[in-house]
Amino acid sequence: MKISEDVVRHVARLARLAVCDEEVHGLASQLSDILEYAEQLQQVDLTGVAPTSHPFPLKNVLRTDVPRPGLPREVLLANAPDDDGEQIRVPAVLEG
Amino acid sequence: MGKPYTVKQMLVSMASGDTQPSDWTQHSLGIIENTDDKIGAFLQVNGEQALQRAHQLDDQAAHWRASLSTTGATTQGLFGIPYALKDNMCTKGMGTTAASQILANYIPPYSATVAEKLTQANGVMLGKTNLDEFAMGSSTEHSAFQKTHNPYNLNRVPGGSSGGSAAAVAAGMVPFALGSDTGGSIRQPAAFCGVVGLKPTYGRVSRFGLIAFASSLDQIGPLTQTVEDAALVLQYISGPDPLDSTSAPTVTEDFTRLLTGEVKGLRIGIVRDISAVGMDPQVMTAVDKAVAVLAGAGAQVVDVALPHSAYAVASYYLVAPAEASSNLARYDGVRYGRRVEGETLLDMYERTRSEGFGMEVKRRIMIGTYALSSGYYDAYYKRAQQMRTLIRQDFDEAFQKCDVIAMPTTPSPAFAFEEKSANPLQLYLDDIFTVPANLAGLPGINVPCGMSNEGLPMGLQLLGKAFDESTLLQVAHGYEQLRGFTMPSPHGLEG
Repeated sequence: MKISEDVVRHVARLARLAVCDEEVHGLASQLSDILEYAEQLQQVDLTGVAPTSHPFPLKNVLRTDVPRPGLPREVLLANAPDDDGEQIRVPAVLEG
Repeated sequence: MGKPYTVKQMLVSMASGDTQPSDWTQHSLGIIENTDDKIGAFLQVNGEQALQRAHQLDDQAAHWRASLSTTGATTQGLFGIPYALKDNMCTKGMGTTAASQILANYIPPYSATVAEKLTQANGVMLGKTNLDEFAMGSSTEHSAFQKTHNPYNLNRVPGGSSGGSAAAVAAGMVPFALGSDTGGSIRQPAAFCGVVGLKPTYGRVSRFGLIAFASSLDQIGPLTQTVEDAALVLQYISGPDPLDSTSAPTVTEDFTRLLTGEVKGLRIGIVRDISAVGMDPQVMTAVDKAVAVLAGAGAQVVDVALPHSAYAVASYYLVAPAEASSNLARYDGVRYGRRVEGETLLDMYERTRSEGFGMEVKRRIMIGTYALSSGYYDAYYKRAQQMRTLIRQDFDEAFQKCDVIAMPTTPSPAFAFEEKSANPLQLYLDDIFTVPANLAGLPGINVPCGMSNEGLPMGLQLLGKAFDESTLLQVAHGYEQLRGFTMPSPHGLEG
């Protein structure tokens, strides 16, 4: 699978990464190499094989529903890049 | 430099009253001070806090010794043992960076379960070790902050991603350190630095507070001087955790109980159909010799097949980046970590992530995003997961015929800085021996099995059945007792 520079730009947008032209160039060839290598998975007959998303079957793992205190707001806000003392501040989400 | 002390030796010495916790913390801090400017294993050392804690334990030492004599135990807990944590494990009130610019100023408001457990076991945490950014890499060269040098040769990498933990243990700075292993990140640096590195069964150790890379593959484990120490540490970090719903409902067991030195009658599987590009014949010879040592002591060697292992790297390098792309979506400059301001919200996200992440992390996010994107999901991600099923089934079948599987940990000993940075795929291919265990969730251990002509450590890897760390440790320990040599001290620090 040859990955074009346009595809790299599209995927970077999906991944919320700004990439410069030089990075786009490098990524196009590296991603092509890696995905071409992964092409070998196309050669194996995988009909009817169930996918594994987790190594062991653990189902319905529940703990007792006991109320416990969460972290206080000021502790969580201490790591926020920008806040007004009560809430986290971000650039405008809706225009106008 | 003398042979580093083991956890066991420190415990025995303290149990006899010859030494007390602060002696060992001071000892460790002294070695860090004398050697870490050359090695670069630590991102952060917390000497003052550690000494304070050690002095508190000094006051409890008499009580601890009395409890030993009533129970007849030779050791109890990890009383007064200095240790280090890989810097992707959260420590309350102490910076945790994952070696990334995006978390450079992050101070977690809580601690990882493993950190809590080691505190309860009365260990003394000295600091946080270097890693490849977000644990993505196998040389620790992808750390945003510093290089870590291999204690056996300062011009070589320590391996990765737990390179700081491996180098710290190899250089004798701490008797044990924790690492995390997603595709070999404990076992491979252990092989490169000549120490023991254990990746437990997936779910054996809680991942709560471990900064997630690939959640279905990540597992925390110890790096130590000896197999016995690895068993001791595992005992105190393992167990189910209500804060991690993927932790397995196991009962805590004494992982040292089978460390008798006896391997007679155990079946060692060897795999003839797994091979690596650029396999160093010295490593193969050393591993063959190790298997012969076990056979000589009465273990039975049997051939087993892992026919789909040839596809393990392809499967891994789709599954792991896919999970990573999803896990790392949270670093957006909003709630914590670094923010780079932008005109719009989208602008802020993109600038924050582009400046905050290094190139290897971006590369993996890109692969993962591509593999999960509309139109490619079935062709890449789903097929990789189906292959994962076949790889698991290969192991199920192989373990019908054997108790553990032996193979190399890495195709070659430690490589030089920048030797492998030009071509990411080539470096990924070196993971052929380590990724199968992560895909199948199985436990694996590196035990040093010799030195190469260039004076670099080489590693034997043993893989065990799910949740059968005890047998795995038994064979690893048996080999360690029987191998007939002791690892030379790290000569990179001589002269």
